[in-house]
Amino acid sequence: MSAVVIVDYGAGNTRSVRAALARLGRASVVSAAPGVIAEADDVILPGVGSAATAMTHLRETGAAAALERRVREGRPVLGICLGLQLALETSEEDGGVEGLGLVPGRVVRLSDTRVPRLGWATVEPDGDTYYFAHSYGAQTPATIAWAEGVAAVVVHGSFRGVQFHPEKSGPIGQRYLERCLTPA
Amino acid sequence: MPYPRLIPCLDVAGGRVVKGVNFVGLRDVGDPVALAAAYSAGGADELVFLDIGATPEERTTLLGVVASVADVLDIPFTVGGGVRTLDDAARIIEAGADRVSLNSAAVGDPSLLGAVAERYGSQAVVVAIDSAAGRVFIGGGRTATDRETVAWAHEAVSRGAGEVLLTSIEHDGRREGYDLDLTARVRAAVSVPVIASGGAGTAAHIAEALRVADAALVASIVHEDPEGLPGLRRAVVAAGAGLRPWEEGQ
Repeated sequence: MSAVVIVDYGAGNTRSVRAALARLGRASVVSAAPGVIAEADDVILPGVGSAATAMTHLRETGAAAALERRVREGRPVLGICLGLQLALETSEEDGGVEGLGLVPGRVVRLSDTRVPRLGWATVEPDGDTYYFAHSYGAQTPATIAWAEGVAAVVVHGSFRGVQFHPEKSGPIGQRYLERCLTPA
Repeated sequence: MPYPRLIPCLDVAGGRVVKGVNFVGLRDVGDPVALAAAYSAGGADELVFLDIGATPEERTTLLGVVASVADVLDIPFTVGGGVRTLDDAARIIEAGADRVSLNSAAVGDPSLLGAVAERYGSQAVVVAIDSAAGRVFIGGGRTATDRETVAWAHEAVSRGAGEVLLTSIEHDGRREGYDLDLTARVRAAVSVPVIASGGAGTAAHIAEALRVADAALVASIVHEDPEGLPGLRRAVVAAGAGLRPWEEGQ
């Protein structure tokens, strides 16, 4: 079992995801190197920062192409929050950003009465409650679960994206994260 | 809307939780990491750490605390107190905090809110406002400014704050309930979530605050009896607040 690769795009906090993986007994490395991304059993595209900065980093480092290749080959990639949003074709964030295009659809500003949308919400049809912190949301036919009408889980081929933060959603979130990984 | 949130707030100085947390289940009640884990296990929806230490050494110690808390805590947490610059905020977030809270420094330079939001997103930026007699106070609530509370909340959000943590100085510590009127007025003036703070004495107070706010900060009411947090949650729900579904040992 290789270490879980957390894709580095220069925007901040990968510590929470690393800590959550450590609590699951899983080693992780933070890297943007295409070779490292290609070889890992599990790759996580984490979620803090802005879409434009993240995409620039992903393209410059070659991580974007490595992620596209992985998904084309049917190998797993998990996107969390912004990491989900980056997988779509376009985003309204930062005046319009072209995404990785791993998943058909687009990212739009939330129309909720309070934005950012902060807090715990129940994901249907699963019925479990997870923590969300976001101002934009995915609009895609690949959505398989919703929280209050917002896309919560998106699955397209070997890509899975979650709008919530499993690493911040208590024991239920830990178990969710574990289910997303290749069994140890 | 997500479920309303119940948020214990811990005061930290020199790497230690101060202002008496009475946690008989813990060997060291001053250890922020142990307390954070205990509150998380007890049903807190989020935590806030406020650094009230004054010296540079104490400030440096804070970053170690943030990193240690991030390693054990599986719920979100905000860190504030003495955050003066974009670099201060960046160090806290990169040490593992989900959100940083800005108070006096944002009043002095509102563009700081936008600078942090641009780098980390507005969901990572909380503006903490200490209010008395409708005015904003800075310096830990000791220094009056001529800013009007509701107007400042509105401006801070337009500058990039993604949440307002509103503390009523007059209600704080009195345990007679939150300042519902002020909270409602601030919430009506902004488009982001609002955390009510100051005055919780009973579960009913918390439930009534959650009718006008998105979250309620709690301090002494939980620190005096941290093992009672699950019971407090149940009492808040019984008093009418729709907190997230949660069970002990979940």
